[in-house]
Amino acid sequence: MFKKTTYITLSNRRQSIRQDAFVSEQELEQPNIPEGLWEKCPKCGSILYKEDLEKNFYVCKACGHHERISARERIKQIADPGTFVEIDEVMPDKNPLNFPDYENKLTKMRQATGLCEGVIYGQCKIFGEDAVLAVMDASFMMGSMGTTVGEKITRAIEIGTKRRLPVIIFTCSGGARMQEGILSLMQMAKTSAAVEAHARAGLPYFTVITDPTTGGVTASFAMLGDVILAEPGVLIGFAGQRVIEQTIGQKLPEGFQRAEFMLEHGFIDQIVERKDLKERLYKLILAHRPMKQEE
Amino acid sequence: MSFTAWEKVRIAREMDRPTSLFYIENIFDDFMEMHGDRNVKDDPAIVGGIGFLEGKPVTVIGQQKGRDLKEQVERNFGMPNPEGYRKALRLMKQAEKFGRPVVCFVDTSGAFCGIEAEERGQGEAIARNLMEMAGLKVPVLSIVIGEGGSGGALAMAVGNEVWCLENSVYSVLSPEGFAAILWKDGKRADEAADVMKMTSEHLEKFGIVDRVFAEPEPVHVDNGMPLAQELKAAMIDFFEKYDAMSPEDIAEERYQRFRRF
Repeated sequence: MFKKTTYITLSNRRQSIRQDAFVSEQELEQPNIPEGLWEKCPKCGSILYKEDLEKNFYVCKACGHHERISARERIKQIADPGTFVEIDEVMPDKNPLNFPDYENKLTKMRQATGLCEGVIYGQCKIFGEDAVLAVMDASFMMGSMGTTVGEKITRAIEIGTKRRLPVIIFTCSGGARMQEGILSLMQMAKTSAAVEAHARAGLPYFTVITDPTTGGVTASFAMLGDVILAEPGVLIGFAGQRVIEQTIGQKLPEGFQRAEFMLEHGFIDQIVERKDLKERLYKLILAHRPMKQEE
Repeated sequence: MSFTAWEKVRIAREMDRPTSLFYIENIFDDFMEMHGDRNVKDDPAIVGGIGFLEGKPVTVIGQQKGRDLKEQVERNFGMPNPEGYRKALRLMKQAEKFGRPVVCFVDTSGAFCGIEAEERGQGEAIARNLMEMAGLKVPVLSIVIGEGGSGGALAMAVGNEVWCLENSVYSVLSPEGFAAILWKDGKRADEAADVMKMTSEHLEKFGIVDRVFAEPEPVHVDNGMPLAQELKAAMIDFFEKYDAMSPEDIAEERYQRFRRF
């Protein structure tokens, strides 16, 4: 669905990845981690000093390319230090279709990524403002949404409703998780219904689209924010590009389904560089104070 | 009759299988079709309007495949564009305003995958339907009459109940697409259909559908009348139970139905 070699996934668990045979599994986005202190920008080829790269939020100083980052790195960038309290970290696996080898795959994914599933959520402070924050992680089966991811997203939104807090979701996902079949599809309805209840309570919901966000996540909670932000250059779409090309029998234009394209067509509010995201979210929280609850 | 999963997929896609308009015409009196999303255009892949069920007005919306090749082309083979979903939502919100129940007939291989569909926000259109349907304060009944393909089907299937016909299928993706993604081989679609558990008996077991209507023989336009009448009788019973329910409870029942997945 996506070009597999264009991105570098940074992970502090690279040792476990390198030693694990699972690295050849197709859903793991082929982490390509160069040795040493230097790293090559996958877009412009500039050689970057890793420490600088980290300080620069994993954005290439030369071309501005935003590398994919892990959920934990994202939380570090957005939440005030020491304020993020994760909720429901571990949830039981489900294999509704009895899909062959699925549990095994989840276990191997966990070993390779250090994540329990494709999303992390909890409550945190952003420049002192309370918020529920959920961050998806593409390194876990492309951030695909099965019942556990759908349940965590739904709970994040429901907790926002219950505690009367803004909800912020960083999306990145290849879409529905095939191994859980129709139950994955139902997560789209479940999460969207939770957004509806949160909205009805007069509370703000912000989404930040990161690379890539497609399929069932685009077609549910990603596109339902009161404000929708995106990082520069990210892929946002419903249908995969290869599927579209096959359907219409022609090549897609340059920049199709990128953040700039979506901005032009009216589906996102702003493109915001990574270094500015925390402050922008803080300002949005200030600008969307919920109305006082009636007694 | 017993068919394999793949045979059922083939049956669900047959051209002489009754389409939404067949059921609309044979269940409702005086159906008045309404057009357009009030934004871009009218999408012929979705028909919608108001019909009467035992004298009571009901908003009826259906994904419409063609009944012959010419109509199939006109209706984009029942694959809606964003404006189709927006028309459907407009009619549902209108139903809510006037307290009419909503019936949706689901029959699509999926939302259309094209450049213009993306430019006009296919993902946003589906997402908005899911969200708004969840909050509707009138009863919604969705019936999968043929193919229920992915988000494009779900965008009309957030019902208080979801029914299907025995040889209907409902899945996260087409079996061809599933096989292509997981096994890099679209030709293993028959195998995929089996693994995906997309047939009516599985859907009922998972609670994805609440009720399955038997097809003693695969239903087609020449033998479909008794089934249409059976659906009609069931619909009348179904909507009666909502007469005593508050609008908030109707929406809450739907929320809980999807919350459990």
